[in-house]
Amino acid sequence: MKEYSALALLKNAFSGNRDWKPAWRKPDPKPEYDVVIVGGGGHGLATAYYLAREHGISNVAVVEKGWLGGGNVGRNTTIVRSNYLLPANTAFYEHSMKLWETLSHELNYNVMFSQRGILNLAHSPSQADDYIRRGNAMRHDGIDAVWMTPAEIARKVPGLDVSARARFPIVGGLMQPRAGTARHDAVAWGYARGADRRGVDMLENCEVTGFLRDGDRITGVTTTRGEIRAKKVAVAVAGSTGRVMKLAGIDRLPIESHVLQAFVSESLKPAIDTVVTFGGGHLYVSQSDKGGLVFGGDIDGYNSYAQRGNLPVVEEVMSELASLFPGWASVRLLRSWGGIMDMSMDGSPIITTGPLPGLYLNTGWCYGGFKATPASGWCFAFTIARDEPHPLNAAFTLERFHRGAVIDEKGQGATPRLH
Amino acid sequence: MLITCPYCGPRDVSEFTYQGDANRTRPDAASTDQAAWNAYVYDRVNTAGDHREYWQHSGGCRSHLVVMRSTLTHRIDSVRFARDEANGGTARRAGGSRA
Repeated sequence: MKEYSALALLKNAFSGNRDWKPAWRKPDPKPEYDVVIVGGGGHGLATAYYLAREHGISNVAVVEKGWLGGGNVGRNTTIVRSNYLLPANTAFYEHSMKLWETLSHELNYNVMFSQRGILNLAHSPSQADDYIRRGNAMRHDGIDAVWMTPAEIARKVPGLDVSARARFPIVGGLMQPRAGTARHDAVAWGYARGADRRGVDMLENCEVTGFLRDGDRITGVTTTRGEIRAKKVAVAVAGSTGRVMKLAGIDRLPIESHVLQAFVSESLKPAIDTVVTFGGGHLYVSQSDKGGLVFGGDIDGYNSYAQRGNLPVVEEVMSELASLFPGWASVRLLRSWGGIMDMSMDGSPIITTGPLPGLYLNTGWCYGGFKATPASGWCFAFTIARDEPHPLNAAFTLERFHRGAVIDEKGQGATPRLH
Repeated sequence: MLITCPYCGPRDVSEFTYQGDANRTRPDAASTDQAAWNAYVYDRVNTAGDHREYWQHSGGCRSHLVVMRSTLTHRIDSVRFARDEANGGTARRAGGSRA
């Protein structure tokens, strides 16, 4: 398959764009693969890519019940950052950030990674202390973090209410300049194309209906397109983790599925050139290249697989946006939607071998899975290929909850709706 | 989403606080069975379908409730006082009727 380039764009423009080839093949399932990855979202596709790229394992199939990138990777607010406090998280997410920084070149696919920075607003002295502590932890690990005063914030983010009259006056903010946003669909498509070019089969409209077993060992999957045997089966299905793992006989996991809503406004002229988060409640907002404000807040807070939320959260998110940016109060909402989050019991992910022989599990992304896509795939591929975790995901085990080794960034305990 | 509190009647979900999965069994307070406690605190059935769960009408009568709700559609089938469930299901009231 041809490389994408400026020259290719020009050539195809002259021939009326009739000669572009599909970015990946549509093969029929083979009876057996070395690895079957369940879930054709960002994490599954990245896993397939790195299995082929880093470990030379290309006899791989990605099975997806719908179409590639049709789940959470195509319905998030596209924020990429590595501003964490705890050592396991800082190392993992910074690895992801470094992969993001070269991803478009690596994939020969423009994922439009825009390092426009993320600004976490603090609204009380204690919150400022907390953010500065996190900033110092980041800088200690070589990650960029800058404390900004209200005057600097006012210059950086026009329209933000930095006055003392604000409902939650801003006392400062923690900026990570290398953070930003990316074109989420392109991430899925880029990884899919990259994996396909290395021989991975993308099996769309292929829903897993059960697992093949030899005693305890998982030896393949049954799907709506027939039986597929595999030496290893890797599950990366985000909010569907509970449903898919039940097919393998795993009834209970430290995961709850919750609905998270996201919103896009009508298009505006350029208004903000960074990502802003509100510390008085929970809101994150950026502006897309098309001009729409892309924003979201808390999950609805109850178990759900419904992919749609309720109005109280809509009202809360809108009121938060209007309180931060009073001038946007009359901006109209264009669309909103819901996605299903795999909320873990400590707010941190799970990338592990098991819980059965021949099975590998990638889950627990809460609502921060998008930024993790490259490192998640990279670490999961390592774990599948070597049958042991990489040091970067060694802490993200399934047993950590029962061993008391939780990675609880916010200190909320086993209350998924609060992570 | 409306939840029909057995005491107050149908109220908006924003009046209620979600308290999570009611399928878990809390070990006896004197139990030293570590695995049972771990399972109680951390493990969830995470049902796609009818889910038995706790809510509290924190913005109303403050009753603790056991709700049967579909996680696929958000349809609510029954709402009962948690104390009645705990007492072995005696003195149940139909959803929506006042005490």
